[in-house]
Amino acid sequence: MCLCGCVYMSVYVYPCPCVYVSVCSCVCVSVLYLNVLCVVLRHSRARRYEAELQACRADSVAVDMNDYHPLKPIMVTESRTRRGGRRGSTSSTTSSSSSSSAAADPLSCLLDGTDPLSMFAAASTDTPTLTHSASAGELGRRRRDREVCEECVGSDFEPWASKRADILARFTTTEKLSINLFMGDKAKASSPSSAVSEKVRTRLEELDDLEEGSQRELLNLSQQDYVNRIEELNQSLKEAWGSDQKVKALKIVIQCSKLLSDTAVIHFYPSKFVLITDILDTFGRLVYERIWTMCSDPQPLPEGFSPEDVNDTAKETCLNWFFKIASIRELIPRLYVEAAILKCNKFLSRSGIQETLPRLTAMIRGIGDPLVAVYARAYLCRMGMEVAPHLKDCLNKNFFDLLASFRQLHGDSVQKQLQQQRVEIPAYLTLYSPAIHWILQCVSYRAPEALLTEMMERCKKLGNNALLLNSVMWAFRAEFIATRATDFITMIKQCDETGFPKHLLFGSLGRSLASADPAEAERLSILNDAWKVITKIRSPQDYINCAEIWVEFTCRHFTKREVNAVLSDIIKHMTPDRAFEDAYPQLQSVIRKILTYFHDFSILFSMERFLPFLDMFQKDSVRVEVCRSIMEVFIKHQQEPTRDPVILNALMHVCKTMHDSVNSLTLEDEKRSLALLINGFIRLVSFGRDFEQQLSFCVEARATFCNLEPVIIQLIHTVNQLAMETRRVMKGNHSRKTAAFVRACAAYCFITVPSLTSIFSRLHLYLLSGQVALANQCLSQADAFLKAAVSVLPEVPRSISVEGKQRSTESLLLDFINNFMATLLVVPDHPEQGVLYLVRGLLNMVQDYTWEENSNAKVRVYCSAIPLLAAMSQETYLYSIPKVDSNETLYGGDPKFIAEVNKLCDTLIGQVLDHLKTLGNGEGLRKQSALAFSLFSILLAHGDLRNNKLNQLAVNLWNLSHKHGHCDTRTSVRTLEHIKNLQQQPELTHLSDIIPRLSLQSRA
Amino acid sequence: MSVSLDVRLKRANKVYHEGEILAGVVVIVSKEAVQHQGISLTMEGVVNLQLSSKSVGVFEAFYNSVKPIQLITSNIEVVKPGKVPSGKTEIPFEFPLHAKGNKVLYETYHGVFVNIQYTLRCDMKRSLLAKDLSKTCEFMIHCQPQKAKVLQSPVDFTITPDTLQNVRERSSLPKFLIRGNLHATNCVITQPLTGELVVESSSVAIKSIELQLVRVETCGCAEGYARDATEIQNIQIAEGDVCHGLPIPIYMVFPRLFTCPTLETTNFKVEFEVNIVIVLHDDHLITENFPLKLCRV
Repeated sequence: MCLCGCVYMSVYVYPCPCVYVSVCSCVCVSVLYLNVLCVVLRHSRARRYEAELQACRADSVAVDMNDYHPLKPIMVTESRTRRGGRRGSTSSTTSSSSSSSAAADPLSCLLDGTDPLSMFAAASTDTPTLTHSASAGELGRRRRDREVCEECVGSDFEPWASKRADILARFTTTEKLSINLFMGDKAKASSPSSAVSEKVRTRLEELDDLEEGSQRELLNLSQQDYVNRIEELNQSLKEAWGSDQKVKALKIVIQCSKLLSDTAVIHFYPSKFVLITDILDTFGRLVYERIWTMCSDPQPLPEGFSPEDVNDTAKETCLNWFFKIASIRELIPRLYVEAAILKCNKFLSRSGIQETLPRLTAMIRGIGDPLVAVYARAYLCRMGMEVAPHLKDCLNKNFFDLLASFRQLHGDSVQKQLQQQRVEIPAYLTLYSPAIHWILQCVSYRAPEALLTEMMERCKKLGNNALLLNSVMWAFRAEFIATRATDFITMIKQCDETGFPKHLLFGSLGRSLASADPAEAERLSILNDAWKVITKIRSPQDYINCAEIWVEFTCRHFTKREVNAVLSDIIKHMTPDRAFEDAYPQLQSVIRKILTYFHDFSILFSMERFLPFLDMFQKDSVRVEVCRSIMEVFIKHQQEPTRDPVILNALMHVCKTMHDSVNSLTLEDEKRSLALLINGFIRLVSFGRDFEQQLSFCVEARATFCNLEPVIIQLIHTVNQLAMETRRVMKGNHSRKTAAFVRACAAYCFITVPSLTSIFSRLHLYLLSGQVALANQCLSQADAFLKAAVSVLPEVPRSISVEGKQRSTESLLLDFINNFMATLLVVPDHPEQGVLYLVRGLLNMVQDYTWEENSNAKVRVYCSAIPLLAAMSQETYLYSIPKVDSNETLYGGDPKFIAEVNKLCDTLIGQVLDHLKTLGNGEGLRKQSALAFSLFSILLAHGDLRNNKLNQLAVNLWNLSHKHGHCDTRTSVRTLEHIKNLQQQPELTHLSDIIPRLSLQSRA
Repeated sequence: MSVSLDVRLKRANKVYHEGEILAGVVVIVSKEAVQHQGISLTMEGVVNLQLSSKSVGVFEAFYNSVKPIQLITSNIEVVKPGKVPSGKTEIPFEFPLHAKGNKVLYETYHGVFVNIQYTLRCDMKRSLLAKDLSKTCEFMIHCQPQKAKVLQSPVDFTITPDTLQNVRERSSLPKFLIRGNLHATNCVITQPLTGELVVESSSVAIKSIELQLVRVETCGCAEGYARDATEIQNIQIAEGDVCHGLPIPIYMVFPRLFTCPTLETTNFKVEFEVNIVIVLHDDHLITENFPLKLCRV
């Protein structure tokens, strides 16, 4: 039965579901269930368990025991439906429906199988198809998608939105900014246009007045103020639009885009660009939507509408916008605003966009400041990609124009400006990167190889092309870069040292190489060449940024030797002046990358530099974070339990670090997750047949992880399992040596359990360890465990907090006691103590325990003790432990023993009856009825009803339970039927007398 | 009680040509029935001329405005005195667009000294106690396409310190060489003005390059005539120190209403010019002037 062999190993604190299962199916110590088995009381009825079991099986279970499992109905056996596919061609998830041989965990099955929720989700997608049958339709759809994709941008194009945040985070400033909102054009007022007809002028003035104050300059804004201010403008744009003040909206947009021509505080420019283009995007969308709604009057326009579908009013409005924008005085606002509403060209003509894009591209040549120009190009490319991605020529032209005007970067006016703002050239050049990256990304998107090669050639021709080179490496396909890696390295080496920082170049190259593989033969020379440069980088920050990227390449293609070399180089660079303190994110990323590629921990830890590398993480939180990620990978990828001392030592160290980070301020969740990781580690440690070593490992682990309770619990389970394993190996016959060993195991548990604070963990572990000790014939140890459990009982508080809520412990305690009593059946009495010493002890504790007021828990315990006593008085016990003599053998049915048992039963029944009396009125009646009925069932099942007194008591109890009409009639009827069934059996014929005396309750 | 009176033309862009029919509806919206003394429509096309104060004195300019020239006028009564029912009432109307006598309908033009405007006014006369209602809406006339073929003749130009006239101290001028061309000076009014401009070299950084569209209006009268040039719009085509040697596009859309095909009549003339204005960083201003001939095809 449950005690023999299957000590359930689990991470969970509460032991052994099989204990419960066995209780239910066999002894029914846990009472109150009616249609169960049968026995003596007082003169408890004699039982033939074998026969009864047979009888039960025959009529009750039609289910084939082999595949029946109580948990089965909720277990789904791999009938997944296809999920995903929602996003068309891009996510072509082909879910395998192979019924995996690895026995699926019911929970995880539930989670990724067809639970009702995901069924709904699957049904709501347009393909509720089963696995493979979809292929034909799917293929067709995919092909169609392909064709469409020529027209639109696929998901492999990194969208602007993802760059946006990055730019905002990267380009910041502490300097003061200013916004010059120049709402009225003063210069114009004093120009010859004073002759503009009176009417026009007043109209213009009216428009100006819409804006509160025509000219404002906001000075001394911090970056955050600036961002807020821009956001306000964005809001007021929407408001103005919403309240039908289109002209005001346009003015806001124009003023905002005018800010883009201002390059004061130059290193904030990219961020400013991002902020302001957001406003432009809003504006473009508003205009487009408005015109769209204008022509969706009878029915909305179809997706791919043509200009003929658009009505005249909408066209006129659209045209008006374009005329208005064409008359904007300044170049930059005119350019940006027109680009923002580029999409509206669709309403006017088919070729509109095609004509506008090249014109705007050419217009950018008029922008003198190269930085402003390059961002304008980036914006134009972005709008172009959004609206008409098939128009590649324009993108290329943008790039070629950029190349043509590249020398501007080193022109006098730029130099002068940089001097004024005290910006270094390398810093200045990096400002270009986001824009050029973007342009090149647009250009290279699905571009033919030849074009890319041509672009590269053109870049090469320009002097000091590091900036371009960098962007090329960023934006072009990684494969393209990878095949030419050696060329790139040569080019990088030739670059001028004063210009663009080289570490960025190598960083970009490394990034490409991390995702695409260069030719096998070149790899080593690439690494050597690159590392030669990287190792010379002086600034630790630059160095680690670059090195971090190259670690991935190294891990991907090389062995631990190279990785080790890289690590040692990193350590060498980062240790002086504690430079690592500023580089934790990068160092962490290094670890992460190594862990992605090296799953074999024996290799990993045999890298000499790995642990020293870990030592660089000296900030506690980061250190724990790193340890955590190591453990996660270990648990995920370590298939076999290990005994490799290198791994064990290293991981012990890692786990200790995690453990030591726990302090009184650590959150519960944090502790739990740490404990989970450490438990995972402990479970993966196995010394095979070397049990002693395993035990000593547990001893060491206990010392190391003493602060994490779940780990201690795990250790106790591990040691218990160890004992059971030993027993299995010895086939139940312990030698002197193994007997000593299992006693050592028991001792370990015995001294470990008290250190737990959770009272129920302690109780359950005492019980479990007691069972294990018993199974291993360590009688005195088992006795000690059970005694300890009993002595702990009074300490159980009446309520404990579970997940922050106070919950009564009563039901938990009752469960435990029932479970405990099931075990007591087989525990032999201690020779020096009295008869049924443990049972008495338990019952005494129960009596003294301060139960909740108005609870009949105590009596329920008494009730459940009766069947135990009944079982004890049998000649052969229901179950026994091999090689352990239970009381049946010890006493051999000695009448003195039976009398003792009977006396105890008397007392118990007396107690119950006393309690029944106290329930005589009001609220108590319902309880009384239930209790009386359950006692009746117990007597029926376990008592020898040939005994007249007992017989009478049973009948009285029945009547008492039916007296006040609180009894469930259905149960009563079924009980009666059950009794009728019982009386068929030869030895229970006496029950026939009792039936007529049991009257069914007359409904009052 | 609120009544709204509106005139709506059939064409969304309100553009008509001579000989066509101006059609639309008068819309009256009211919650209650409206009593009125008749609703009438008046269509009128007028050329307003004004003498500039520069040519003649301020007062003379004020008083001596030349008499407006009526091009077209027409008046009809749409509804006889009576009641308009509550709700929305639409009354359709049509006007043939024929000029008075031997006059032509010039193209709509809003200028400074010359204004050619066409309006349609709807009046609702009402009893003494209620105010008369009136609503005016302007409509555009485009003149008939000109038959004469437009010759696209590119105009090349080069600007150096030597080509400049009207310079005080030639010696203080910085050195520069700017080349360019306009694709045509005979422009179709619906097409933009296009061309290219290259800054070949400049010893002083360029601040801005602009296109200035100028109208030249001439009004004739008994005392002689007045000719004035005023700016219509100024479009910046380059900002900052542009890249040398790289052609910068010249591109300007002719604004509607403020431009019309070049017009020459006995009483007045409307002509257009474009100035390419180059502003240097030391605030030197270099202007190159090109007369334009606009036409409609």
